[in-house]
Order: sequence, then C-alpha cells, then structure tokens
Amino acid sequence: MSIKRRILLKGTLAAGAAGLAAGAGLLSPRAVFAAWSNSAFEATTSSGALDALLGSDSLEDSGKIRIKAPDIAENGAVVPVSVTAEIDGVESISILADKNATPLTASFDLGPGAEPYVSTRIKMGKTANVIAVVKADGKLYSAKKEVKVTIGGCGG
Amino acid sequence: MSSIKMRASADGDVITVKALISHPMETGLRKDKAGKVIPADFIQEVTCEHNGVAVLTAQWGTAISKNPYLSFRFRGGKAGDTLKMSWKDNTGKSDSAGAVIK
Repeated sequence: MSIKRRILLKGTLAAGAAGLAAGAGLLSPRAVFAAWSNSAFEATTSSGALDALLGSDSLEDSGKIRIKAPDIAENGAVVPVSVTAEIDGVESISILADKNATPLTASFDLGPGAEPYVSTRIKMGKTANVIAVVKADGKLYSAKKEVKVTIGGCGG
Repeated sequence: MSSIKMRASADGDVITVKALISHPMETGLRKDKAGKVIPADFIQEVTCEHNGVAVLTAQWGTAISKNPYLSFRFRGGKAGDTLKMSWKDNTGKSDSAGAVIK
C-alpha cells in the first residue's frame, strides 16, 4: 500500500471516528462557546451595544485601524467589510453599522497568535458609518468609514 | 455534508483562513408571501480551533449576511496542521468542519 493511501485511509478512519464521537455529543462544541451577548446585540445605539459588550463606550480614534468597505454598497444585504489594526495586543475587534436598528453586527475575540484582521460581510439597512472598535490592552480604539447604501439589506 | 467550506493556507507561519458557511441568517424581520414573519434563524457563535486551541471566537448578530463569509489570520500554524471550525445558532442548531492547512 502506498504511503499516501495509508495516510488517506488513516485520516478517513480518524475523521469517521471523530464524526461518530461528535454525533454522540462527545465532541460537542457547546463547552467552548462564551455566552452570546443578548443585550449587546439587541442594543439600539452603538454606545449601548459597546457598553453591554465591552463594558465601556469610551473610544479613542485611531489612525491605525483600517476599514476596507465599499464607498457605495450595491446591495445592502451583502456589504464586505475588512478590518485591520496595526496595534499590538489586540484582544477583540467589533463591527457596528451605526444606522442599523441594532448597530452591533459582530465581535471577534482573538485567540493566541491571531492577527488583528477580520473580514466578513454584513447587512446594512441604510447609508451609515461602519465602525470598527478594537480592544487592545484594555483600551478601546475605533475608526469609522461611511458606506452609502442604495438598497437596504435588513428586510425590515 | 458540512455547511462549512473552509480553506487554510500557510505563508511561513502565518495561516490565512477563509470560510463560507451555508446558513440563512434570517433576521426575524422579513415576512413571507403570506405575510407571516419568518422567524430569526442566525448563527450566534463561531469558533475556530488550531491544535485544540481556539484561535478565533466570534459572536454574530442578525446583521451578518446570509451564507456568511469569514476570513482571519493567525501565526503559529504550519501546512499539514488541522483546523476545526464550529458554529451554533439561535435555534440550537450547530455544525462543525475540519480542514487541513495547505
């Protein structure tokens, strides 16, 4: 049997076993998740959301946070947003759309070795600022970029 | 079949992860043709693990687009390592998938 075939079969067996274990609930990801912040995601203002999520809404403007998002979103339901922070010790990156009914869209907690960069796609109800809040060494830094939206994407 | 399509590539010890997840991400604000509200159905938590350590955990709201895209980077991995990504949504559904770093 070739080495490659042996590795493939070994991998398949391991994956199969893992699948069985996962199915049996042994590898349930439940234990790994932090509690989802109801109050932060239901907050109707950016301040409220940040207070609930990060314990503060005190933000320091930073030129070291780069937000890449379209100037004009063709489709408010799918607005690509990337955030890069040239700051040391970044613990989390949160993204808000300040004119959405509930501005907080997502928050990313960086684990060991994670680089201060995230990219995703968000829904925007109307033209608004996309705000990136970066928590580093206990402080909150932010930057914002206006994204014009012609067709709103929240379906409300 | 997993709902998660994930690719990870190594450039030195920096691993770039890109994932596309099949999920309706319903906000709970839309109505169907009969005028009935389509209930909220959205991923709330996402975790990506490398060698058993969570390198990224995310909390998502209804404003993440349908069929979510996610990309991030981390240092300390190498080609051949495995990654595991998992998600859990507000209805209690969950899924996970593994990928080998190329």
